[in-house]
Amino acid sequence: MTQHQMPYSFMELDLANEKSKMQVNDLSLHYGNSLVLKNINLIIPEKRVTAFIGPSGCGKSTLLRCFNRMNDLVDNCRISGEILLDEQNIYDKSVDVAELRRSVGMVFQKPNPFPKTIYENVAYGLRLQGISDRRVLDEVVETSLKSAALWAEVKDRLHENAFGLSGGQQQRLVIARAIAIEPDVLLLDEPASALDPISTLKIEELICELKTRYTIVIVTHNMQQAARVSDYTAFMYMGDLVEFDTTNKIFTTPSQQQTEDYITGRFG
Amino acid sequence: MDKLNLTKHISSQFNDEIEQVRNHVMAMGGLIEQQLSDALTAIATSDAELAQQVIANDLLVNDWEIKIDAECTRIIAKRQPAASDLRLIMAIIKAISDLERIGDEAERIARVGLESFSSAQQDLLINLENMGRHVAQMLHEVLDAFARMDVESALAVYKEDKKVDREYEAITRQLMTYMMEDPRSIPKIMNVLWSARALERIGDRCKNVSEYVISFVKGRDVRHSDAESLEQKARS
Repeated sequence: MTQHQMPYSFMELDLANEKSKMQVNDLSLHYGNSLVLKNINLIIPEKRVTAFIGPSGCGKSTLLRCFNRMNDLVDNCRISGEILLDEQNIYDKSVDVAELRRSVGMVFQKPNPFPKTIYENVAYGLRLQGISDRRVLDEVVETSLKSAALWAEVKDRLHENAFGLSGGQQQRLVIARAIAIEPDVLLLDEPASALDPISTLKIEELICELKTRYTIVIVTHNMQQAARVSDYTAFMYMGDLVEFDTTNKIFTTPSQQQTEDYITGRFG
Repeated sequence: MDKLNLTKHISSQFNDEIEQVRNHVMAMGGLIEQQLSDALTAIATSDAELAQQVIANDLLVNDWEIKIDAECTRIIAKRQPAASDLRLIMAIIKAISDLERIGDEAERIARVGLESFSSAQQDLLINLENMGRHVAQMLHEVLDAFARMDVESALAVYKEDKKVDREYEAITRQLMTYMMEDPRSIPKIMNVLWSARALERIGDRCKNVSEYVISFVKGRDVRHSDAESLEQKARS
């Protein structure tokens, strides 16, 4: 059996063989006086799914938000260290944040479609870039919705309001909107925690499809979800990166006791 | 046991389930030890009644296997065990299948106990009994290693199997001599030989269980490696 035919979850991955898409070097982050991220070092491998797990308040969402500088919007937030996106430090003064967020897209816990039609939601990013050619927009809307596994369900109602969709459909619409502008990296912050189990599985299935084209980083409270969708898992605890390894390793033979205790439900 | 952290889950239900399934494995192991010991006694004392009892009790061993299997299936379905919990459940599922087969071998030995041997043939049984006590001790120790998940005692059992294999060879040679001397005794001696074979197989299965203990503790599969590299893996 070739690697190509093998189920993703059975593949023997190794960080040493991965191409790094993003790289975090000595990243520390303060909110006011409290140290929230303590000297984090890791790489985000290209075209893989990397999951951040850990208890509430461990800093995993904060770390995720560093990847497209969402923390810039928070007062009292101080960051040291660097994050490289394809060799370029995204915290460099020369970086255009809007441009960064175009190549590092983000999807949040609660679906947040704009109060517009389904079509306009997906076309929004392109219109911002000044694209108004109807044929281009039509095509991007269709391919994005198809990529987000939503096309079949909405193709006859593209011009209806997006709020008419179910929660799971809205979340996939938001993902379609994020990928319409062809980002390099997709950040997902608990993308399925507000959804029912079937919609959750659809989102997970979608993540597996998308990773052939995008680098995906996902924060999740659902450990089984991390085990199902991710190739690499980082376990964080109280601002520290405790362990970062292949998901297969983390969920069968983690090397740190803290990781073991957390994923087996032993945290006191 | 607390050193293994097996019952430190936030979910007390999960703790109870793991505790219960481990207790059941130990109960099953205890029954099988008794079965083997009774089968050996039945042969040594020509006690047909005891032999019948061993044969009847094998059904209880089978019931344990089914029961523990069902419990493990439920834990997997409901708790999605990970890491050491997952390795423990896998080790248990594998171990009880070996234990059940040990039970079958004990039954086979008991069937030999149903036969009557002439006083001349009694001599044949003495070496068998010695090998039997050796294997029974191995079984006892591997169950103890499994209960405590103790790598060192599992390793000791693993090494012991070599000696059992040698005893089996010695008995085989001896029995062949008897067969050549007195061809009329061949049917009886074949039965003794089959018992020796059953004991040898029990030794192998004890060795398997010792490998599950090492795999559980070390988090790496140590099956099908030679003794030297297994020891290295177990101690690293």
